[in-house]
Amino acid sequence: MTFVPHSDADRRDMLGRVGVSDIDELFRDVPRDLVRSEPLELPRALSEWEAVRRLRELAARNPSLVSFTGGGLYDHHVPAAVDHIIRRSEFYTAYTPYQPEVAQGTLQVIYEFQTMVCELTGMEVANASMYDGATATGEAALMALSVARRGRILLAGSLHPHYRKVVETYAEGSASGVDVVPAGEDGRVHPDALAEAIDDDTACVIVQNPNFFGLLEELEPLAEAAHERGALLVTAVADPVSLAMIRPPGEAGADIVAGEGQPFGNAPSFGGPVVGLFATRREHVRKMPGRIVGATEDEEGRRGYVLTLQTREQQIRRERATSNICTNQGLNALAATVYLAAVGREGLRRVAETSARNAHFARGLIEEMDGVEPLHPDAPFLREFAIRTREDSRAILERGIARGILAGVSLSRFPGLGAPDGLLLAFTEKRNRAEIEDLMDVIGG
Amino acid sequence: MSEVPDDLRYTEEHEYLRDAGSEGEFFVGITDYAQGELGDVVFVELPSVGDSFEHMEVFGTIEAVKAVSELFCPLAGEVVEVNEALDDDPALVNSDPYGDGWMIRIRAADPSAADGLLGADAYRSHLEEA
Repeated sequence: MTFVPHSDADRRDMLGRVGVSDIDELFRDVPRDLVRSEPLELPRALSEWEAVRRLRELAARNPSLVSFTGGGLYDHHVPAAVDHIIRRSEFYTAYTPYQPEVAQGTLQVIYEFQTMVCELTGMEVANASMYDGATATGEAALMALSVARRGRILLAGSLHPHYRKVVETYAEGSASGVDVVPAGEDGRVHPDALAEAIDDDTACVIVQNPNFFGLLEELEPLAEAAHERGALLVTAVADPVSLAMIRPPGEAGADIVAGEGQPFGNAPSFGGPVVGLFATRREHVRKMPGRIVGATEDEEGRRGYVLTLQTREQQIRRERATSNICTNQGLNALAATVYLAAVGREGLRRVAETSARNAHFARGLIEEMDGVEPLHPDAPFLREFAIRTREDSRAILERGIARGILAGVSLSRFPGLGAPDGLLLAFTEKRNRAEIEDLMDVIGG
Repeated sequence: MSEVPDDLRYTEEHEYLRDAGSEGEFFVGITDYAQGELGDVVFVELPSVGDSFEHMEVFGTIEAVKAVSELFCPLAGEVVEVNEALDDDPALVNSDPYGDGWMIRIRAADPSAADGLLGADAYRSHLEEA
């Protein structure tokens, strides 16, 4: 259907039908002091060519940087197949299908996506995706309140500070409180400290693995400590590539897994759009937020896909809905699905291993350098780790940008972490030896 | 016409109360009319034994293919048993709402409050108005 704008005659006709003379009269209930009386100061309209030239000028100002930033978004290679497939017009929509059953191809992709999320996380059911890792974690906290019928949320201090903020926002008005178990000296949460912090009203414990510092938490004892006291273990996975190398959180005892899916086929861009992962155990499926695609058979016994369990959702249950989410990140989830299908199980493992190898190579160089040292020398990590810097970390970042290198994430951005100044460095399969040596030059001054 | 047994008590929200035979204990479920309106029941979410509810407080939810409804507790009291058979076979609510499709057994805080609920005739008139 082509776009048909309202003509002046259409507007006059509509205003006449509702009995007002002009647009201003239609909005007369808006308090006068909230109405802008002078016209907006906008530049004159550009022709198409002028607009293209202007946008090209702006785009040319974006520097192309070699990235060592992580902290929840990672610079992985996106195979050409991903862009090619997601741009097909049959698929090309940013949003959840709202006339779902006629979009069988889209539903099938989401079904595959859910299956992949289950396999990666070791969980039994997954939803059609969420906005991002942080909101997925917030939703997990709300779900845990409902499953456990308890009021408080307990966070590991090594949770990504942005995730923590989002959980705190979600908890406002829903939870009776959010508590934090600080991480120990080695940057990780200790089961004894966790056990001590859980009480009879703790609905869940939220632990990120690998944690914000890139360190591997020991999930099993944390899960045991939570379960012993009747609380759920929510595992936040900000780096899902790690799932190719470590034991799935489901096998380690997680009740809900909330994660970020960006590294699978989605560019980090400037922070989004990305895609959240959400999975849980089958017994909790009715408390799971979001959309779920199920496989079924039509009248003639042919396989088909449907949105299932919609009766829990907002458009049907209103204020009693399981959550306020009744959408998914359609296009980003599609990209993740195409990516995972393209690289396969072995490919993803190689991506993870190459990334980790690069990180450990860099770690060796850091340990030999003066003026910097690993922040957590004794804790295991995969492809991301933090360093303490004697120099202001922001000065290092500026020096890097001048040399075309994004030298990590400054820890001084997160005063709530209680960590000293330094840099969080992340490595992907895209980085090579020369780039890593350049990074060391930048850090060393 | 839906079945409305004479010996039960009812709420306007279509729950019934059936005397469990022991002092002050009652079975709670939804009426034949309610199951017919909901259609195929696919899931019943029930409370735990030991939970207490006020008069007409929500004690669970019932999910059919196209809708989810709240379940209201006809009498204040404590849950002493839940019908675990509904976990495996929620359709019992459709096939035998007054028998095997019961949901919870409660010990009423004040058994005489049952007299305040609708009798069979009053519930039938309520259905006719609906």
